[in-house]
Amino acid sequence: MSDTTWQLMLDSLWPMLSGAIMGTIPLALASFAIGLVLALVLALMRLSRRRWLSSIARVYISIVRGTPLLVQLFVIFYGLPPLGIVIDPWPSAILAFSINVGGYAAEVIRAAILSVPKGQWEAAYMIGMSHQRSLTRIILPQAARVSVPPLSNTFISLVKDTSLASLILVTELFRVAQEIAAFSREFMALYLEAALIYWVICLVLSSGQSVLEKRLDRYVAH
Amino acid sequence: MSPTDSSAAAPAPALLTVRGLQKSFGSNQVLKSVDLTVARGQVLALIGPSGSGKTTVLRCLNGLEIADGGTIEIVGAEDATHAPVVIDFAPAHGKRAGVPKKALGTLRDRSAMVFQHYNLFPHKTVLENVMEGPVVVQRRPRAEVEAEALQLLDRVGLGDKRDSYPFELSGGQQQRVGIVRALALRPTLLLFDEPTSALDPELVGDVLRLIKELAGEGWTMVIVTHELEFAREVATEVAFVDGGTIVEHGDPKELLRNPQHERTRQFLHRLLFPF
Repeated sequence: MSDTTWQLMLDSLWPMLSGAIMGTIPLALASFAIGLVLALVLALMRLSRRRWLSSIARVYISIVRGTPLLVQLFVIFYGLPPLGIVIDPWPSAILAFSINVGGYAAEVIRAAILSVPKGQWEAAYMIGMSHQRSLTRIILPQAARVSVPPLSNTFISLVKDTSLASLILVTELFRVAQEIAAFSREFMALYLEAALIYWVICLVLSSGQSVLEKRLDRYVAH
Repeated sequence: MSPTDSSAAAPAPALLTVRGLQKSFGSNQVLKSVDLTVARGQVLALIGPSGSGKTTVLRCLNGLEIADGGTIEIVGAEDATHAPVVIDFAPAHGKRAGVPKKALGTLRDRSAMVFQHYNLFPHKTVLENVMEGPVVVQRRPRAEVEAEALQLLDRVGLGDKRDSYPFELSGGQQQRVGIVRALALRPTLLLFDEPTSALDPELVGDVLRLIKELAGEGWTMVIVTHELEFAREVATEVAFVDGGTIVEHGDPKELLRNPQHERTRQFLHRLLFPF
Protein backbone atom coordinates (compact mmCIF):
# COMPACT_ATOMS: atom_id res chain seq x y z
CA MET A 1 0.00 0.00 0.00
CA SER A 2 1.17 3.49 -0.80
CA ASP A 3 2.02 6.16 1.71
CA THR A 4 -1.06 8.14 0.75
CA THR A 5 -3.25 5.13 1.58
CA TRP A 6 -1.63 4.82 5.00
CA GLN A 7 -2.07 8.53 5.53
CA LEU A 8 -5.75 8.28 4.56
CA MET A 9 -6.26 5.41 7.01
CA LEU A 10 -4.56 7.37 9.75
CA ASP A 11 -6.61 10.48 8.99
CA SER A 12 -9.80 8.41 8.96
CA LEU A 13 -9.10 6.76 12.29
CA TRP A 14 -10.52 9.51 14.43
CA PRO A 15 -13.67 10.09 12.37
CA MET A 16 -14.34 6.35 12.43
CA LEU A 17 -13.65 6.05 16.14
CA SER A 18 -15.98 8.94 16.85
CA GLY A 19 -18.54 7.19 14.65
CA ALA A 20 -18.13 4.20 16.94
CA ILE A 21 -18.27 6.26 20.13
CA MET A 22 -21.17 8.48 19.05
CA GLY A 23 -23.02 5.95 16.95
CA THR A 24 -22.24 2.25 17.16
CA ILE A 25 -21.71 1.93 20.91
CA PRO A 26 -24.66 3.99 22.21
CA LEU A 27 -26.89 2.39 19.59
CA ALA A 28 -25.86 -1.08 20.73
CA LEU A 29 -26.11 -0.28 24.45
CA ALA A 30 -29.52 1.36 24.24
CA SER A 31 -30.96 -1.37 22.03
CA PHE A 32 -29.54 -4.11 24.21
CA ALA A 33 -30.90 -2.60 27.43
CA ILE A 34 -34.39 -2.14 26.00
CA GLY A 35 -34.21 -5.51 24.25
CA LEU A 36 -33.32 -7.31 27.48
CA VAL A 37 -36.30 -5.91 29.34
CA LEU A 38 -38.50 -6.93 26.43
CA ALA A 39 -36.86 -10.36 26.38
CA LEU A 40 -37.49 -10.96 30.09
CA VAL A 41 -41.17 -10.10 29.65
CA LEU A 42 -41.41 -12.35 26.58
CA ALA A 43 -39.60 -15.21 28.32
CA LEU A 44 -42.01 -15.05 31.27
CA MET A 45 -44.95 -14.90 28.86
CA ARG A 46 -43.59 -17.98 27.05
CA LEU A 47 -43.39 -19.82 30.38
CA SER A 48 -46.81 -18.68 31.52
CA ARG A 49 -49.49 -21.26 32.03
CA ARG A 50 -51.93 -18.88 30.34
CA ARG A 51 -52.14 -20.13 26.79
CA TRP A 52 -52.87 -16.80 25.14
CA LEU A 53 -49.87 -15.11 26.77
CA SER A 54 -47.47 -17.78 25.70
CA SER A 55 -48.99 -17.83 22.20
CA ILE A 56 -48.45 -14.11 21.74
CA ALA A 57 -44.83 -14.47 22.81
CA ARG A 58 -44.35 -17.48 20.57
CA VAL A 59 -45.66 -15.67 17.50
CA TYR A 60 -43.56 -12.59 18.26
CA ILE A 61 -40.39 -14.64 18.63
CA SER A 62 -41.16 -16.60 15.49
CA ILE A 63 -41.61 -13.45 13.39
CA VAL A 64 -38.51 -11.72 14.76
CA ARG A 65 -36.30 -14.75 14.25
CA GLY A 66 -37.86 -15.66 10.93
CA THR A 67 -37.36 -12.32 9.15
CA PRO A 68 -34.14 -10.48 8.29
CA LEU A 69 -33.10 -7.68 10.58
CA LEU A 70 -32.60 -5.44 7.56
CA VAL A 71 -36.21 -6.00 6.53
CA GLN A 72 -37.38 -5.18 10.07
CA LEU A 73 -35.34 -1.98 9.98
CA PHE A 74 -36.71 -0.95 6.57
CA VAL A 75 -40.31 -1.71 7.55
CA ILE A 76 -39.97 0.67 10.47
CA PHE A 77 -38.05 3.43 8.70
CA TYR A 78 -39.41 3.29 5.16
CA GLY A 79 -42.61 1.30 5.60
CA LEU A 80 -44.30 3.27 8.38
CA PRO A 81 -44.14 6.87 7.00
CA PRO A 82 -46.74 6.21 4.25
CA LEU A 83 -49.04 5.10 7.07
CA GLY A 84 -48.50 8.44 8.76
CA ILE A 85 -45.95 7.20 11.29
CA VAL A 86 -42.66 8.96 10.77
CA ILE A 87 -39.80 8.00 13.05
CA ASP A 88 -36.35 9.59 12.89
CA PRO A 89 -33.35 7.46 11.93
CA TRP A 90 -31.97 7.06 15.44
CA PRO A 91 -35.20 6.04 17.18
CA SER A 92 -36.02 3.81 14.21
CA ALA A 93 -32.71 2.03 14.57
CA ILE A 94 -33.06 1.62 18.35
CA LEU A 95 -36.62 0.37 17.91
CA ALA A 96 -35.70 -2.19 15.29
CA PHE A 97 -32.66 -3.48 17.15
CA SER A 98 -34.54 -3.67 20.47
CA ILE A 99 -37.37 -5.63 18.90
CA ASN A 100 -34.82 -7.97 17.35
CA VAL A 101 -32.76 -8.48 20.53
CA GLY A 102 -36.01 -9.00 22.45
CA GLY A 103 -36.91 -11.95 20.24
CA TYR A 104 -33.53 -13.64 20.39
CA ALA A 105 -32.74 -12.99 24.04
CA ALA A 106 -36.21 -14.17 25.10
CA GLU A 107 -35.33 -17.70 24.08
CA VAL A 108 -31.99 -17.47 25.89
CA ILE A 109 -33.63 -16.28 29.10
CA ARG A 110 -36.40 -18.85 28.84
CA ALA A 111 -33.85 -21.63 28.50
CA ALA A 112 -31.83 -20.23 31.40
CA ILE A 113 -34.89 -20.17 33.66
CA LEU A 114 -35.71 -23.74 32.67
CA SER A 115 -32.13 -24.81 33.39
CA VAL A 116 -32.48 -23.99 37.09
CA PRO A 117 -33.22 -27.30 38.84
CA LYS A 118 -36.82 -27.90 39.89
CA GLY A 119 -35.61 -28.43 43.46
CA GLN A 120 -34.81 -24.73 43.67
CA TRP A 121 -38.46 -23.85 43.05
CA GLU A 122 -39.48 -26.44 45.62
CA ALA A 123 -37.09 -25.14 48.25
CA ALA A 124 -38.39 -21.62 47.64
CA TYR A 125 -42.00 -22.77 47.99
CA MET A 126 -41.03 -24.78 51.05
CA ILE A 127 -39.78 -21.71 52.90
CA GLY A 128 -43.12 -20.10 52.10
CA MET A 129 -42.33 -17.99 49.05
CA SER A 130 -44.93 -17.12 46.44
CA HIS A 131 -44.33 -17.97 42.80
CA GLN A 132 -43.27 -14.43 41.98
CA ARG A 133 -40.91 -14.09 44.90
CA SER A 134 -39.36 -17.48 44.16
CA LEU A 135 -38.73 -16.25 40.64
CA THR A 136 -37.12 -12.94 41.55
CA ARG A 137 -35.10 -14.01 44.59
CA ILE A 138 -34.17 -17.61 43.84
CA ILE A 139 -34.57 -18.50 40.18
CA LEU A 140 -33.60 -15.39 38.20
CA PRO A 141 -30.25 -14.82 39.96
CA GLN A 142 -29.27 -18.35 39.04
CA ALA A 143 -30.65 -18.02 35.51
CA ALA A 144 -28.69 -14.79 35.09
CA ARG A 145 -25.38 -16.59 35.46
CA VAL A 146 -26.37 -19.28 33.00
CA SER A 147 -27.41 -16.72 30.41
CA VAL A 148 -24.23 -14.61 30.47
CA PRO A 149 -22.40 -16.50 27.68
CA PRO A 150 -25.33 -16.72 25.24
CA LEU A 151 -26.42 -13.13 25.97
CA SER A 152 -22.85 -11.95 25.39
CA ASN A 153 -23.12 -13.61 22.03
CA THR A 154 -26.32 -11.74 21.33
CA PHE A 155 -24.69 -8.47 22.34
CA ILE A 156 -21.62 -9.02 20.19
CA SER A 157 -23.83 -9.83 17.21
CA LEU A 158 -25.80 -6.68 17.91
CA VAL A 159 -22.69 -4.49 17.92
CA LYS A 160 -21.89 -5.67 14.41
CA ASP A 161 -25.51 -5.54 13.25
CA THR A 162 -25.69 -1.85 14.11
CA SER A 163 -23.75 -1.31 10.87
CA LEU A 164 -27.10 -1.86 9.14
CA ALA A 165 -28.23 1.44 10.62
CA SER A 166 -25.95 3.12 8.06
CA LEU A 167 -28.63 2.22 5.51
CA ILE A 168 -31.18 4.43 7.26
CA LEU A 169 -28.85 7.41 7.52
CA VAL A 170 -27.59 6.89 11.07
CA THR A 171 -24.04 8.16 11.36
CA GLU A 172 -22.17 5.33 12.94
CA LEU A 173 -18.83 3.65 12.37
CA PHE A 174 -19.63 1.95 9.09
CA ARG A 175 -21.39 4.93 7.54
CA VAL A 176 -18.32 7.06 8.22
CA ALA A 177 -16.18 4.42 6.51
CA GLN A 178 -18.54 4.32 3.53
CA GLU A 179 -18.49 8.10 3.11
CA ILE A 180 -14.71 8.34 3.20
CA ALA A 181 -14.40 5.35 0.86
CA ALA A 182 -16.87 6.84 -1.60
CA PHE A 183 -14.84 9.95 -2.31
CA SER A 184 -11.35 8.47 -1.86
CA ARG A 185 -12.06 5.19 -3.75
CA GLU A 186 -9.89 3.37 -1.18
CA PHE A 187 -12.52 0.73 -0.40
CA MET A 188 -10.27 -2.08 0.76
CA ALA A 189 -8.23 0.03 3.14
CA LEU A 190 -11.15 1.77 4.78
CA TYR A 191 -13.41 -1.25 5.08
CA LEU A 192 -10.57 -3.26 6.58
CA GLU A 193 -9.97 -0.44 9.00
CA ALA A 194 -13.65 -0.47 9.95
CA ALA A 195 -13.53 -4.25 10.37
CA LEU A 196 -10.50 -3.89 12.64
CA ILE A 197 -12.30 -1.39 14.87
CA TYR A 198 -15.36 -3.69 15.16
CA TRP A 199 -13.04 -6.53 16.04
CA VAL A 200 -11.29 -4.53 18.79
CA ILE A 201 -14.67 -3.54 20.28
CA CYS A 202 -15.72 -7.18 20.32
CA LEU A 203 -12.44 -8.26 21.91
CA VAL A 204 -13.05 -5.81 24.73
CA LEU A 205 -16.59 -7.16 25.12
CA SER A 206 -15.37 -10.76 25.22
CA SER A 207 -12.96 -10.01 28.04
CA GLY A 208 -15.77 -8.20 29.84
CA GLN A 209 -17.80 -11.40 29.48
CA SER A 210 -15.10 -13.51 31.19
CA VAL A 211 -14.91 -11.05 34.09
CA LEU A 212 -18.67 -11.14 34.51
CA GLU A 213 -18.74 -14.93 34.34
CA LYS A 214 -16.13 -15.21 37.07
CA ARG A 215 -17.95 -12.76 39.30
CA LEU A 216 -21.24 -14.60 38.92
CA ASP A 217 -19.71 -18.04 39.24
CA ARG A 218 -21.10 -18.67 42.70
CA TYR A 219 -24.61 -18.31 41.32
CA VAL A 220 -24.38 -21.71 39.68
CA ALA A 221 -25.12 -24.96 41.43
CA HIS A 222 -21.87 -26.91 41.40
CA MET B 1 -51.43 -43.78 64.43
CA SER B 2 -54.72 -45.54 64.94
CA PRO B 3 -57.07 -44.77 67.82
CA THR B 4 -56.47 -48.18 69.39
CA ASP B 5 -52.74 -47.50 69.76
CA SER B 6 -53.31 -44.94 72.46
CA SER B 7 -55.69 -47.02 74.56
CA ALA B 8 -53.11 -47.62 77.27
CA ALA B 9 -52.24 -44.00 78.05
CA ALA B 10 -54.24 -40.82 77.69
CA PRO B 11 -54.46 -40.13 73.95
CA ALA B 12 -51.87 -37.60 72.83
CA PRO B 13 -53.50 -34.86 70.76
CA ALA B 14 -53.01 -35.38 67.05
CA LEU B 15 -50.84 -32.75 65.42
CA LEU B 16 -51.39 -34.06 61.93
CA THR B 17 -54.38 -35.99 60.66
CA VAL B 18 -54.56 -37.19 57.09
CA ARG B 19 -57.69 -38.85 55.77
CA GLY B 20 -58.30 -40.49 52.43
CA LEU B 21 -55.48 -38.66 50.69
CA GLN B 22 -55.48 -39.29 46.93
CA LYS B 23 -53.15 -38.18 44.22
CA SER B 24 -52.86 -39.09 40.55
CA PHE B 25 -50.34 -38.05 37.94
CA GLY B 26 -52.27 -38.36 34.73
CA SER B 27 -53.78 -41.84 34.72
CA ASN B 28 -51.30 -43.09 37.28
CA GLN B 29 -52.91 -43.15 40.71
CA VAL B 30 -49.95 -42.77 43.05
CA LEU B 31 -51.93 -42.41 46.26
CA LYS B 32 -55.09 -44.49 46.46
CA SER B 33 -56.21 -43.56 49.94
CA VAL B 34 -53.80 -42.68 52.70
CA ASP B 35 -54.82 -42.20 56.31
CA LEU B 36 -52.39 -41.30 59.03
CA THR B 37 -52.20 -39.52 62.33
CA VAL B 38 -49.14 -38.12 64.03
CA ALA B 39 -49.32 -36.93 67.61
CA ARG B 40 -47.22 -34.07 68.91
CA GLY B 41 -43.66 -35.17 69.57
CA GLN B 42 -44.00 -38.37 67.58
CA VAL B 43 -41.73 -39.50 64.80
CA LEU B 44 -43.37 -41.38 61.95
CA ALA B 45 -41.10 -43.23 59.54
CA LEU B 46 -42.51 -44.06 56.10
CA ILE B 47 -40.83 -47.02 54.49
CA GLY B 48 -41.61 -48.84 51.28
CA PRO B 49 -40.35 -49.68 47.82
CA SER B 50 -39.56 -46.91 45.37
CA GLY B 51 -42.65 -45.82 43.53
CA SER B 52 -44.84 -46.82 46.46
CA GLY B 53 -46.01 -43.25 47.01
CA LYS B 54 -44.22 -42.51 50.28
CA THR B 55 -42.44 -39.45 48.95
CA THR B 56 -45.67 -38.22 47.38
CA VAL B 57 -47.35 -38.39 50.80
CA LEU B 58 -44.60 -36.21 52.20
CA ARG B 59 -44.79 -33.75 49.34
CA CYS B 60 -48.54 -33.44 49.78
CA LEU B 61 -47.96 -32.57 53.42
CA ASN B 62 -45.82 -29.60 52.37
CA GLY B 63 -48.10 -28.54 49.54
CA LEU B 64 -45.45 -29.30 46.93
CA GLU B 65 -48.01 -31.62 45.41
CA ILE B 66 -51.66 -30.75 45.64
CA ALA B 67 -53.69 -33.81 46.47
CA ASP B 68 -56.77 -34.67 44.39
CA GLY B 69 -58.86 -35.85 47.31
CA GLY B 70 -58.92 -36.31 51.04
CA THR B 71 -58.16 -33.95 53.90
CA ILE B 72 -55.11 -32.82 55.80
CA GLU B 73 -55.57 -31.33 59.24
CA ILE B 74 -52.62 -29.68 60.89
CA VAL B 75 -52.37 -28.00 64.28
CA GLY B 76 -50.18 -24.98 64.87
CA ALA B 77 -47.85 -24.18 67.73
CA GLU B 78 -49.18 -24.59 71.23
CA ASP B 79 -50.90 -21.26 71.52
CA ALA B 80 -54.36 -20.06 70.75
CA THR B 81 -53.40 -18.15 67.62
CA HIS B 82 -52.57 -21.38 65.85
CA ALA B 83 -55.88 -23.13 65.56
CA PRO B 84 -56.05 -26.37 63.61
CA VAL B 85 -56.55 -25.93 59.91
CA VAL B 86 -58.31 -28.49 57.77
CA ILE B 87 -57.57 -28.53 54.07
CA ASP B 88 -60.10 -30.36 51.97
CA PHE B 89 -58.84 -31.55 48.61
CA ALA B 90 -62.17 -32.98 47.50
CA PRO B 91 -62.92 -32.01 43.91
CA ALA B 92 -65.93 -29.72 43.76
CA HIS B 93 -68.58 -30.43 41.14
CA GLY B 94 -66.42 -32.92 39.34
CA LYS B 95 -63.97 -30.23 38.32
CA ARG B 96 -60.55 -29.84 39.81
CA ALA B 97 -61.25 -27.71 42.84
CA GLY B 98 -59.09 -24.73 43.52
CA VAL B 99 -57.61 -25.42 46.93
CA PRO B 100 -57.71 -22.12 48.79
CA LYS B 101 -54.29 -20.48 48.56
CA LYS B 102 -54.51 -19.38 52.16
CA ALA B 103 -55.02 -22.93 53.42
CA LEU B 104 -52.15 -24.14 51.30
CA GLY B 105 -50.05 -21.31 52.71
CA THR B 106 -50.88 -22.40 56.24
CA LEU B 107 -49.84 -25.94 55.38
CA ARG B 108 -46.48 -24.65 54.16
CA ASP B 109 -46.08 -22.32 57.12
CA ARG B 110 -46.57 -25.11 59.60
CA SER B 111 -44.39 -27.71 57.99
CA ALA B 112 -40.81 -27.55 56.78
CA MET B 113 -39.10 -30.00 54.50
CA VAL B 114 -35.57 -31.37 54.33
CA PHE B 115 -34.87 -32.56 50.79
CA GLN B 116 -33.00 -35.59 49.56
CA HIS B 117 -30.73 -33.40 47.43
CA TYR B 118 -30.57 -30.58 50.03
CA ASN B 119 -31.75 -27.96 47.49
CA LEU B 120 -29.80 -25.19 49.16
CA PHE B 121 -29.77 -21.88 47.29
CA PRO B 122 -26.37 -21.89 45.54
CA HIS B 123 -26.20 -18.11 45.17
CA LYS B 124 -26.65 -17.48 48.87
CA THR B 125 -24.28 -18.07 51.77
CA VAL B 126 -25.05 -20.61 54.47
CA LEU B 127 -26.37 -17.89 56.76
CA GLU B 128 -28.44 -16.31 53.98
CA ASN B 129 -29.91 -19.71 53.15
CA VAL B 130 -31.07 -20.09 56.73
CA MET B 131 -32.34 -16.51 57.10
CA GLU B 132 -34.14 -16.16 53.78
CA GLY B 133 -37.44 -17.68 54.92
CA PRO B 134 -37.70 -16.11 58.38
CA VAL B 135 -36.65 -12.62 57.20
CA VAL B 136 -38.07 -12.35 53.69
CA VAL B 137 -41.20 -14.45 54.03
CA GLN B 138 -42.05 -14.37 57.73
CA ARG B 139 -40.82 -10.78 58.13
CA ARG B 140 -39.25 -11.41 61.51
CA PRO B 141 -36.64 -8.92 62.74
CA ARG B 142 -33.31 -9.55 61.03
CA ALA B 143 -31.19 -9.27 64.18
CA GLU B 144 -33.31 -11.77 66.06
CA VAL B 145 -33.34 -14.21 63.15
CA GLU B 146 -29.59 -13.90 62.68
CA ALA B 147 -28.89 -14.64 66.33
CA GLU B 148 -31.15 -17.68 66.18
CA ALA B 149 -29.65 -18.85 62.88
CA LEU B 150 -26.10 -18.59 64.21
CA GLN B 151 -27.07 -20.49 67.32
CA LEU B 152 -28.57 -23.27 65.20
CA LEU B 153 -25.53 -23.37 62.93
CA ASP B 154 -23.22 -23.58 65.94
CA ARG B 155 -25.29 -26.39 67.24
CA VAL B 156 -24.77 -28.49 64.12
CA GLY B 157 -21.08 -27.58 64.11
CA LEU B 158 -21.24 -25.22 61.15
CA GLY B 159 -20.93 -21.85 62.86
CA ASP B 160 -17.64 -21.19 61.08
CA LYS B 161 -19.24 -21.87 57.69
CA ARG B 162 -21.76 -19.04 57.95
CA ASP B 163 -20.24 -17.14 55.03
CA SER B 164 -19.47 -20.15 52.86
CA TYR B 165 -21.42 -20.97 49.74
CA PRO B 166 -23.11 -24.36 49.47
CA PHE B 167 -20.69 -25.64 46.81
CA GLU B 168 -17.87 -25.22 49.32
CA LEU B 169 -19.49 -27.70 51.71
CA SER B 170 -19.57 -31.49 51.77
CA GLY B 171 -22.87 -33.27 51.25
CA GLY B 172 -23.21 -33.95 54.96
CA GLN B 173 -22.60 -30.29 55.77
CA GLN B 174 -25.08 -29.18 53.13
CA GLN B 175 -27.72 -31.46 54.55
CA ARG B 176 -27.14 -30.12 58.05
CA VAL B 177 -27.63 -26.61 56.66
CA GLY B 178 -30.80 -27.94 55.02
CA ILE B 179 -32.00 -29.10 58.43
CA VAL B 180 -31.11 -25.78 60.05
CA ARG B 181 -32.95 -23.95 57.26
CA ALA B 182 -36.05 -26.01 58.07
CA LEU B 183 -35.71 -25.46 61.84
CA ALA B 184 -35.28 -21.70 61.43
CA LEU B 185 -38.77 -21.55 59.92
CA ARG B 186 -40.12 -22.60 63.33
CA PRO B 187 -42.45 -25.22 61.88
CA THR B 188 -44.68 -27.46 63.95
CA LEU B 189 -43.95 -30.42 61.68
CA LEU B 190 -40.62 -31.44 60.20
CA LEU B 191 -40.61 -33.48 57.01
CA PHE B 192 -37.58 -35.43 55.83
CA ASP B 193 -37.44 -36.86 52.33
CA GLU B 194 -34.78 -39.59 52.33
CA PRO B 195 -32.38 -37.17 54.02
CA THR B 196 -29.34 -39.41 53.75
CA SER B 197 -29.79 -41.23 50.44
CA ALA B 198 -27.70 -38.74 48.48
CA LEU B 199 -24.84 -38.82 50.98
CA ASP B 200 -21.59 -40.72 50.89
CA PRO B 201 -21.81 -43.57 53.40
CA GLU B 202 -19.29 -42.05 55.81
CA LEU B 203 -21.33 -38.83 56.04
CA VAL B 204 -24.66 -40.48 56.81
CA GLY B 205 -23.97 -40.87 60.55
CA ASP B 206 -23.68 -37.16 61.35
CA VAL B 207 -26.99 -36.35 59.72
CA LEU B 208 -28.85 -39.27 61.31
CA ARG B 209 -27.42 -38.37 64.72
CA LEU B 210 -28.71 -34.83 64.32
CA ILE B 211 -32.19 -36.02 63.36
CA LYS B 212 -32.17 -38.36 66.35
CA GLU B 213 -31.26 -35.46 68.64
CA LEU B 214 -34.14 -33.42 67.25
CA ALA B 215 -36.49 -36.32 67.86
CA GLY B 216 -35.23 -36.45 71.45
CA GLU B 217 -36.08 -32.78 71.86
CA GLY B 218 -39.69 -33.44 71.02
CA TRP B 219 -39.89 -32.31 67.40
CA THR B 220 -42.75 -33.89 65.49
CA MET B 221 -41.48 -35.48 62.32
CA VAL B 222 -42.41 -37.53 59.30
CA ILE B 223 -39.39 -39.22 57.73
CA VAL B 224 -39.23 -41.09 54.47
CA THR B 225 -36.24 -43.36 54.82
CA HIS B 226 -34.51 -46.53 53.69
CA GLU B 227 -32.46 -46.69 56.87
CA LEU B 228 -34.34 -49.42 58.73
CA GLU B 229 -31.96 -49.39 61.70
CA PHE B 230 -32.50 -45.69 62.04
CA ALA B 231 -36.27 -46.09 61.79
CA ARG B 232 -36.19 -48.78 64.45
CA GLU B 233 -34.22 -46.61 66.83
CA VAL B 234 -35.67 -43.14 66.26
CA ALA B 235 -39.23 -43.55 65.04
CA THR B 236 -42.14 -43.95 67.42
CA GLU B 237 -44.12 -45.48 64.60
CA VAL B 238 -43.34 -47.06 61.24
CA ALA B 239 -45.72 -47.22 58.33
CA PHE B 240 -45.11 -49.48 55.34
CA VAL B 241 -46.37 -47.87 52.16
CA ASP B 242 -46.97 -49.85 48.99
CA GLY B 243 -49.17 -49.33 45.98
CA GLY B 244 -50.41 -45.97 47.18
CA THR B 245 -51.77 -47.11 50.52
CA ILE B 246 -50.45 -47.75 53.98
CA VAL B 247 -50.29 -51.53 54.12
CA GLU B 248 -49.53 -51.70 57.81
CA HIS B 249 -48.19 -49.53 60.57
CA GLY B 250 -47.20 -49.88 64.15
CA ASP B 251 -44.42 -49.96 66.68
CA PRO B 252 -41.08 -49.95 64.80
CA LYS B 253 -39.47 -52.84 66.63
CA GLU B 254 -42.58 -54.94 66.35
CA LEU B 255 -43.30 -54.19 62.71
CA LEU B 256 -39.75 -54.67 61.52
CA ARG B 257 -39.33 -57.93 63.41
CA ASN B 258 -42.71 -59.36 62.83
CA PRO B 259 -44.48 -57.89 59.82
CA GLN B 260 -48.09 -58.96 59.39
CA HIS B 261 -48.42 -58.60 55.65
CA GLU B 262 -46.74 -60.63 52.95
CA ARG B 263 -45.78 -57.51 50.99
CA THR B 264 -44.06 -56.03 54.04
CA ARG B 265 -42.22 -59.28 54.61
CA GLN B 266 -41.00 -59.36 51.02
CA PHE B 267 -39.87 -55.75 51.15
CA LEU B 268 -37.95 -56.21 54.40
CA HIS B 269 -36.43 -59.40 53.12
CA ARG B 270 -35.19 -57.64 49.98
CA LEU B 271 -33.63 -54.88 52.06
CA LEU B 272 -31.93 -57.30 54.42
CA PHE B 273 -30.72 -59.69 51.74
CA PRO B 274 -30.17 -57.59 48.64
CA PHE B 275 -28.26 -60.33 46.77
